[in-house]
Amino acid sequence: MSFWQDPIGVIGEWIHGLLASFLPEAWATFLYTVVSVVVVASFGLIIVIFLIWLERKVAARFQDRLGPNRAGPYGLLQTFADIVKLITKEDVIPEKADWLPFNIAPILSVVAVLLIWAVVPFAPGWIGTDLNVGVLYIAAVGSFGILSILMAGWSSNNKYALLGAFRAVAQLISYEVPMLITLMVPVLLARSMGLMEMVQDQDVWFIVLAPVSGLIFMVSSIAEIGRTPFDLLEAESEIVAGYHTEYTGMKFGLFFAAEFLHAFTVGVLFAILFLGGWRGPGAEEFRVLGVVYLMLKGLLGYFIVMWVRSTLPRIRIDHMLAFNWKFLTPVSLALLILTAVVEKMFEGNSWRIPALLIGNAAVLILSYLILRSQSRRVARQRVTFRKRPEAKPA
Amino acid sequence: MTAEQSIFLFIGFVILFSGYMMVTRSNLVHAALFLVVALFGVAVIFVLLDAGFLAVVQVLVYIGAIAILMIFAVMLTRGNATEEQESMNAGFGWAMLLSALFAFALIVMLGQWPDIGAMTPALDAGRNTIEELGSALVSPDGYVIPFEVASVLLLAALIGALVVARPQKGGK
Repeated sequence: MSFWQDPIGVIGEWIHGLLASFLPEAWATFLYTVVSVVVVASFGLIIVIFLIWLERKVAARFQDRLGPNRAGPYGLLQTFADIVKLITKEDVIPEKADWLPFNIAPILSVVAVLLIWAVVPFAPGWIGTDLNVGVLYIAAVGSFGILSILMAGWSSNNKYALLGAFRAVAQLISYEVPMLITLMVPVLLARSMGLMEMVQDQDVWFIVLAPVSGLIFMVSSIAEIGRTPFDLLEAESEIVAGYHTEYTGMKFGLFFAAEFLHAFTVGVLFAILFLGGWRGPGAEEFRVLGVVYLMLKGLLGYFIVMWVRSTLPRIRIDHMLAFNWKFLTPVSLALLILTAVVEKMFEGNSWRIPALLIGNAAVLILSYLILRSQSRRVARQRVTFRKRPEAKPA
Repeated sequence: MTAEQSIFLFIGFVILFSGYMMVTRSNLVHAALFLVVALFGVAVIFVLLDAGFLAVVQVLVYIGAIAILMIFAVMLTRGNATEEQESMNAGFGWAMLLSALFAFALIVMLGQWPDIGAMTPALDAGRNTIEELGSALVSPDGYVIPFEVASVLLLAALIGALVVARPQKGGK
């Protein structure tokens, strides 16, 4: 394997050899693993700097503005200026705050997102660890994010922060249900929970086989990262922001960075699960191309998140809960059962793809019909219109 | 000492320490947080044993559930972060006696078991344990009946929760 086909593999072997030259083999492998972890984690953290700039630029374009354009070419250095500002800000810790959980919470929120990158397949052979339970792992590390929110809200010793944390946890736990159920659909299609195998199995992208599942995954993921239209957790124009009320400076910045990184991670996961991951022309030969394809597809998912954010207004809390429990969860369950049955019926059959597509369409049309019959009933209930007594001259 | 052994010793110490801290804290939320550390340490031990599935399930089930436990802890202590509660009650002596007896019985029984020191042979590297686990759970020769019974139990619990939470007819 030449350098241009697999640069990271060649560099990795060189570093491993270097470490093994003066250390016992086991410790060299251990140190080499630590170095790889640092590389993958730094990749995630560095990409956030670029993502914040991108999001501000794109959001500005949606709103017919220019966005950051002073610091550096196209405002590229704006984020660095912001980081310097955040670091030099005064760090305020409330007097009665619980010191240790208060300081661990922001770090944990970033770590929870970075942990997902451990199982992201960047290119053939380039993966942190090819767990055979990758999908389950993604669901598991998500619970650290929930934990960090609770720790932040509770340790601030502020009632608004605590209420904000409860609110956030309620939404995250609710939307985890349809997300986990739809995660099972690609697992069924690929017959594996490992993300690498899942990518290798996508000769036909899973978005073609399970379009509705892809949509539900995207929607519930947007709710998981708490972005508009699901940002009623921290609706800054209406209520006190939430669990990070008491945080200042870079600690707040860490929550902020975690949210951005999570949004992009959701895009990358969408790309891996439904858009074929690193697959593309020439990716098997030149692995760097695979990374490029994955990042482009991930950015497409991220762009959808930004697009929705700039377009839709905030959803109301009862709508949010009803949408989750009365629409997303039943539809995702129906899709899971449908996918399982169709996969078994048309196993190795050329009718597999059309049958899956027709099934998806049927579920979509059926749920639309049910929704329409419901919405008519709601429209008839008038709440405010009432015949008022006319004013008559005495 | 290999890297793996030192990780094991370190994690073992962390588990014991946070387990001790968990039972001695008078603040309920602190206890819950130490429980998280202890359970996560157990997940790391599973990873060291190459039991990836068990490790992931450990994190998913226990640490995910701790979030809910913390909410209960906060609600029980009326949301006051500084409120300290007595961690012992009148039954402390009896509980200590019972657990000491139980521990003694366990040690005696395990000491009489001849296979206690035996090593189980390592699985060959290529085996897909999760696939075998999956098919064992649903095959008629395997564990399909316990699996189904557990599912029915969970469904019953779900329906029961729904019935309890429903507002009663006539309205109270």
